[in-house]
Order: sequence, then C-alpha cells, then structure tokens
Amino acid sequence: MTGTVSRADSGQRRSEEQARGPQDTRIEAPPVDIDPSDPLLVYVRSNPSPVDLTQLKLDSPAADELRAAGVQMVVPLAAQGELIGMLNLGPRLSEQDYSSDDRELLERLAGQAAPALRVSQLAREQEAEARLRERYEQEMRIARLIQQNFLPEEAPQPQGWDLHALYRPAREVGGDFYDFIDLEDGRLGIVVGDVTDKGVPAALVMASTRSVLRAAAHRLVDPGPVLERVNGQLQPDIPENMFVTCLYGVLEPDSGRFRFANAGHNLPCIQTEDGAVEVEATGMPLGLMPGMNYEESEVVVGAGRSVLFYSDALPEAHSPDGEMFGFPRLVATVGDAPGGSELIDAVLEAVDGFTAEDWEEEDDITIVVLARSGTADPAFATEARGPRELVSFSLPSEPGREREAMDRVSSAIAELPLAEGQLEQVETAVSEATMNAIEHGNETRSELLVDVRVAVDGDRLLIGVTDQRVGGDAPTTEIRPDLEAKLRGDQSPRGWGLFLIENMVDEVHVDETDDRRTVELVVRMDGDPDE
Amino acid sequence: MSDFHAEVRRLDDVTVIAIAGDLDGDAGEPLRGAYQEATATDPDAVIIDFDELGFMNSSGIAHVVSLLGSARQADIDIRACGLSDHYRHVFEITRLADFMTIYDSEEAAASSPVGG
Repeated sequence: MTGTVSRADSGQRRSEEQARGPQDTRIEAPPVDIDPSDPLLVYVRSNPSPVDLTQLKLDSPAADELRAAGVQMVVPLAAQGELIGMLNLGPRLSEQDYSSDDRELLERLAGQAAPALRVSQLAREQEAEARLRERYEQEMRIARLIQQNFLPEEAPQPQGWDLHALYRPAREVGGDFYDFIDLEDGRLGIVVGDVTDKGVPAALVMASTRSVLRAAAHRLVDPGPVLERVNGQLQPDIPENMFVTCLYGVLEPDSGRFRFANAGHNLPCIQTEDGAVEVEATGMPLGLMPGMNYEESEVVVGAGRSVLFYSDALPEAHSPDGEMFGFPRLVATVGDAPGGSELIDAVLEAVDGFTAEDWEEEDDITIVVLARSGTADPAFATEARGPRELVSFSLPSEPGREREAMDRVSSAIAELPLAEGQLEQVETAVSEATMNAIEHGNETRSELLVDVRVAVDGDRLLIGVTDQRVGGDAPTTEIRPDLEAKLRGDQSPRGWGLFLIENMVDEVHVDETDDRRTVELVVRMDGDPDE
Repeated sequence: MSDFHAEVRRLDDVTVIAIAGDLDGDAGEPLRGAYQEATATDPDAVIIDFDELGFMNSSGIAHVVSLLGSARQADIDIRACGLSDHYRHVFEITRLADFMTIYDSEEAAASSPVGG
C-alpha cells in the first residue's frame, strides 16, 4: 500500500505524512493542491467513507489530479464532524482491487487516526500562538526598556519646591512620558506627554519627542515656541496615525510663576483657595499638522499649593458599570486633597474607590506634582492669569450658521457682569463677524470651518472668530457706509457688517496669517458699553 | 430662528407694515412685497412697526435702506415704531433714524402730522 495524507483544510500544498507499506516498493505520491471549493471535498464531507477514484463520476479537478498522481482510494479523515484531512492510497500492491473488507478496515483506521491527527494539529497551532505571544512579550520588554530608560530617575528639587512623579506601567507599554529640564536662571522645564499607540513604535516616538523637546527647550525657553518647534520637527517623520499630546511649562521657582503651552494634553489642575481649577491653553497635538501655534497660559502657584499633571488613565478609569471617573471628579479630588506626595495618594485612592479592581492594569498611569512649600496664605493665593476660556466651537461655513454662533456665545456669556444692552450688542457683533467669516473668509464653502472662541481676561470679554482666508475680499477693507449715498443709489445698500461690529464692541483686532484670519472682539464688561 | 412675516394694514390715512420674526437676508422679497402693497393706496405715510421683530442683522438693515431709498424717490414719509432699545441704537448709529422718524408706539406714529 502506498499513500499520503493530504490536508483538506486549505488548498495549500502539504504532504504531511507517509504511510509505510510492508515492502520496499513504496512510492510517495506527489503532493496535490486541492481547492477548498473542489467538488471532491464537498462530496466526502457529505459522504465520509472511503472513495474509489476509479469508480467516482465527479467533475473534480482534485480527483483528476489525484488519479494522475497514482491515487486510487481516498479516505476522508473527520474529527468532530469536521473534515481535517484525507488519506490518499495508491493501488493495492497485490494488484487486486480493494475489497469491501479493505474498505471497512480503512474506514475504522480513519476513524481512529483522525482524532489523533486533530490533536497534533491543535498542538501545532498552540505552539505557533505561544511563539507569537513570546515575541509580543519580548517586544513589550524592549518598549518598556526604552521608555524607562528615558524617564528621569528622580525629580529635581528646586529651593522652596517639592516635585513628585509617579509612573506605573500597564500590562502593555503605553506611550506616557514626563521629563524635567534644567534651564538658565534656575528655571525648570516640565514635560508631560502621551504618544498614541503602544509598544516599540510608541516608545521610539516618545524617545525622539523627548530629545527634540530638550533641544528646543534650551534654545527657545518660551513654551509656545518650544512646542511649535517640536511639532515642526516631529511632524514630517512621525508614522501615520500616530501623534503626541504634550504639555510643556516653565516654572520660576522664586516667584511661583508657571507658564505653559499645551499640545492637546490633559489640562493641569491647580489648587487654589477656592478648590482646584483647570487652566486651559489650546493647541493641536504634536505631529498631526505642520505650522501649528500654541497658546500660552500662566498661573502663579501659591505657598502650600500644588499643581497636578496626569495622563488619560486617571479620568478614563471606569467603574464596574462603565462610568468614567471623569474630569469633574478629578478636579474635586485635587481641590480637597493636601499637596505634595499626599496629593498623588489621594488621587489614586479616589480612583481606586471608584473603579473595578484591575483598573491599574488597563493603561499606564503618569502623575507629576509640583508642590510649593509653606502654608497656604490667602495673601499669596494661587491665581490664574491670562484668558480663561468659556467656550470654543467650530461651525461649517453654511448660510445662517451665524445665528448658531450667536446663540452659543450668548448662552456662554449670560452669567457675565455685562452692562445693560451689552449682551445684545455682543450678539449682533458675533453674528456679523461670523457671517463675514462664512461669506467672505470661507466663501460659504461648507467644508471650511469657522472657529469661535470666547474667553474672559480680567474685566475684558474676548471673542475670536477665525476663518480660513480663502476669500480675497477681506471684510476689513469694507467701504465706510454712507447712508445718503446709499439712499440715492450711489452706493450698495449693503456693507454694514464691519460698521456694526465696530460700533457694538470696544475694540476690534484683526490678526491674519497666510491661511487664517481672526477677528477679535473685545468688550469691557461693566464699562460704558458705547458712546 | 423664526420666519420673517410682514403684514400690511390700513390705519386711517396711513398704512402699517407690521413686521414679525427675523429681518435678515431672506426677508428682502416679503419686505419689498409688503412695501408695494402698503404704498399702492397712496397713503400719507407708511409706518413700519418693529414690535414683533426677533432679530435684525446687516442684511436686514440693507433691506430697510433699499425700502427707504425707494420711498424717498417716491416722496413717501416712512416712520418706525416698536423698536427695542438695541435696535433703536442701531438705527441711530447707522443714521437711519435721521431719515425715518422713530416713535414709541404705533398710535403716536399714526397721529403725527404729515411731514412731521
């Protein structure tokens, strides 16, 4: 008897085993490719007993090929109802036909061989899986090594400050990182960031972000330009679908001033006499788009107060029923907690109490705390400086969207101390500025966005309306409207937009770059609204 | 956002265009129609009643300017009433108030002598 076992689970060329005959005249049949949809397979699946190919009337390329290879008898091997292979036999060595006893014997043999074959198949699959897992774990070890190699071994301790950092890796290595950079005049650069993606690619991007940032920090100092530079250098080389959120700030230990810019990272949370506040500075993550600008914000940290920086794992930790821990809980926790290292403990405890047991394994956790020594003294209270954002949103450039902008700004500023009539004046100015941005700046192309941003800086209300400046007709060049000329028909009856804006607010500034125009409206609250 | 609507009615020797809703870019046609209807009967004056006005923007102002331009050519007296403080302010800074007298109420606008 000669024969081979061919696997039927794929069309691959696989000659697996050889059945040895009693004599030396063994011939190995050449391996045969079987298409998974071949009628022969369909036939033996529905009829799992030995098939004599010389008797078989079936339009099957596989049967033809097997015959050509000298196969006469095909014995299907099935385990748990699944066809896992076929035993292919040539003619009997005695040159007699296969008897019905032979067939019965073969069928019994197949019934016993099939489960054993299946077990060996499964064992091989498991081996392959184990190898894959091992490779993955090896990769994770490398990623962890790269990452930990770049995290500072200990936090610097400037005079009058206490700095703490905690990094706890998850099962998988994420892209969290932080860094401290000694700058001139005793100032200290502080970096916290997160690379999207995990494993070695994330660790490598993290390492290059760190070195580019270190170089830029020494050269440029101001956090906004530093992030601009880093973005400019990372962006061309960063793999697609990867980006880096990163907050960079400079601390002046003596004055307590902390000035920072933010590329899409979580906002720093600062303890004040009235609980904790998040201080905003807007900017796109690093590596997404070239030519980004990064807003700067500044806070002064009071004696005995702390600033908390953290990665996504904290707000994104969720309870057993899927609820997120979220920013409001985090801010409240920071507001009620002591400062320094106890702040880290308090935050971890609060998240622990909220979540299911294993939350710490889901994502890396990074926490950095800057704690100013001394007891909290209201006279030197932490104070947020710079504009405080109330709302920001984007609208497609479609006719009528200016009303939406107006309504959203209106509800955002409803609680502000505006003089009588000021709210309506702001509404009119916002509606006109947005309409100009839609119609002139973006030429009513709905795919272009108008960005509206509302902030408060002291007693000034600041509203920025930004278009993408595709239209050539700048609203700032509008001719001063002359009503007599308009009534005579010598001037278009239109053209009141900018005139209205200028008369509704205290100041109008226009800031233009190649691809953006921002009209900033400034309103002094509680002041004389208009003359 | 509420749709613009302009209703015309006769009040003794004058006609009233009562405006309701938002006077913006889309209000041009209905406002012009209302003006033609209001002037067809050769009234002493046309009163635009802004009492039910929702919102007016620069495009709406342009429509009022057009209407006022036509009225001046035809020597028709246009008066305004029912303006909120905000839009009265807008009419003052745009100087529309110099070319159409603003009254506190429709009655006051209707009872004012022609040319006054």
